[in-house]
Amino acid sequence: MIYFDKVSKIYSPTSIALEEISFAIEPNEFVSIVGQSGSGKTTMLKLLLAEEKPTSGHVFFESIDVHGVGRKELHMLRRKIGTVFEDFRLLPNKTAYENIAFAMEAAGKMPEDIEKDVPQVLELVNLVDKSWHFPDELSRGERQRVAIARAIINQPDVIIADEPTGNLDPLNTWEIINILKKVNEFGTTVIMTTHNKSIIDSLGRRVITLEKGKMVRDDKEGRYVI
Amino acid sequence: MIWIKAKRVIKAGFVNFWRNGWISLATVLVIVITLFTIGSLIFSRAILGSMISQIQDKVDISIYFKTDAEESDILALKDSVSKLPEVKSAEYVSAEQSLENFKERHKDNALIMQSIEELGENPLGAMLNIKTKETSQYDSVAKYLESQSGTAGGSMIDKINYYQNKKVIDRLSKILDSAKTLGTAISVILVIISIIIAFNTIRLAIYISREEIGVMRLVGASDRFVRGPFIVEGVIYGVISSIIAMIIFYPLTLWLGPMTDNFFSGINIFQYYVANFGQIFLILLLLGVSVGAFSSYIAVKRYLKV
Repeated sequence: MIYFDKVSKIYSPTSIALEEISFAIEPNEFVSIVGQSGSGKTTMLKLLLAEEKPTSGHVFFESIDVHGVGRKELHMLRRKIGTVFEDFRLLPNKTAYENIAFAMEAAGKMPEDIEKDVPQVLELVNLVDKSWHFPDELSRGERQRVAIARAIINQPDVIIADEPTGNLDPLNTWEIINILKKVNEFGTTVIMTTHNKSIIDSLGRRVITLEKGKMVRDDKEGRYVI
Repeated sequence: MIWIKAKRVIKAGFVNFWRNGWISLATVLVIVITLFTIGSLIFSRAILGSMISQIQDKVDISIYFKTDAEESDILALKDSVSKLPEVKSAEYVSAEQSLENFKERHKDNALIMQSIEELGENPLGAMLNIKTKETSQYDSVAKYLESQSGTAGGSMIDKINYYQNKKVIDRLSKILDSAKTLGTAISVILVIISIIIAFNTIRLAIYISREEIGVMRLVGASDRFVRGPFIVEGVIYGVISSIIAMIIFYPLTLWLGPMTDNFFSGINIFQYYVANFGQIFLILLLLGVSVGAFSSYIAVKRYLKV
């Protein structure tokens, strides 16, 4: 479903973000990418979202070369990928409800579908009573739950979560991980980067370990080993 | 679907305008200043134009005829002069009328009045007042009259006053020409400066939203869907600013009106405002809306690269 083919990203000879990375991700997998800061985790996700271009190699999403897609069609591809970031990246001028509805509006969904789906997903992330709050009126954990709701609202094939718990306390961290697990159970592929050892160890799912831009481990039922 | 999308874009534009609060207010303020400058230029041009046409109106050529000139000959000359393409008007003043005017002008001067009484007969001849369309055309009209003076009809001409006034007229037309050119140049520069300021203000307002634009792209919004609300916002800036600028001009021209009327005699700026309200409003509206929409378009384009 997702295939990295000898992908390198070299900013300058002294700054090599990724080197000859190759791996494949099957549908419905829950893959964690671990590694120290600067090991290239975020760059990998940016390449998949076509936020950055690889220096060499190809990234395929459902047999489409991501970097062969023109700017004008890129948003069509991105609608199939839900994204969650460490810094939430909500639209500050929109309420929780509107942030989630925005993703549906952008995808051209009908108003009646939006009115039906948004409350449902708000219920899933347990934020029904906060739906008309603006992001700065929400706690970090609540903001991240809005971000996840926005990521899953269009029923994407993949969820990409870049350090989704990096800014959260332990309680909120587990809430987010549980939501991601639930989403994965419904059949969505999840790719998550993290530093958090206890999360990885408790998940018991596939772990890809990066070190200085190189892939050093790829374990089926991995643990956090650095 | 297109209708639904358009509705969403327009609604988002209004909502963003409202929720951006102070930023919207500051942007509107700058555009109001821009439009106010441009509006002021429109008014200044009107004043300048009326001043120029008034001065031009005061310049004319007078042809004095001998007292024994036949009225029919003078009228024939008037007809032929009127047919010249440069001539705007030719006014005939009969000998009796000239005397009346003279008496009227000097009615307080007992000596002159007494002299006229004693003279018994009318010492003044008839005259023609000729006005041309441009001050520069007086020369050719004077030359034409000169050439006529050799003919039978021309021999009745006593004096053409153009040559006494030539220097003044020449100078005046030069001053008027440079006033027009200078006015236009200053207007163009001011318009450009104020549009650049408005343009940059809108760009700054959108710079604040640059991260949001990136997020929208990552969430799967098309370029158009991201850009649309910003352009709608730009249009709202333009509409509101032009309305505010027009409202400001109301008390301002009302206050300045009598002053301009006295000082420049001939144009009351408030009457000009009322008479040309639709036209001025339309100019400011179109300018404001296009500056707003165009600036937004350019500014968003920069941050759409994600």
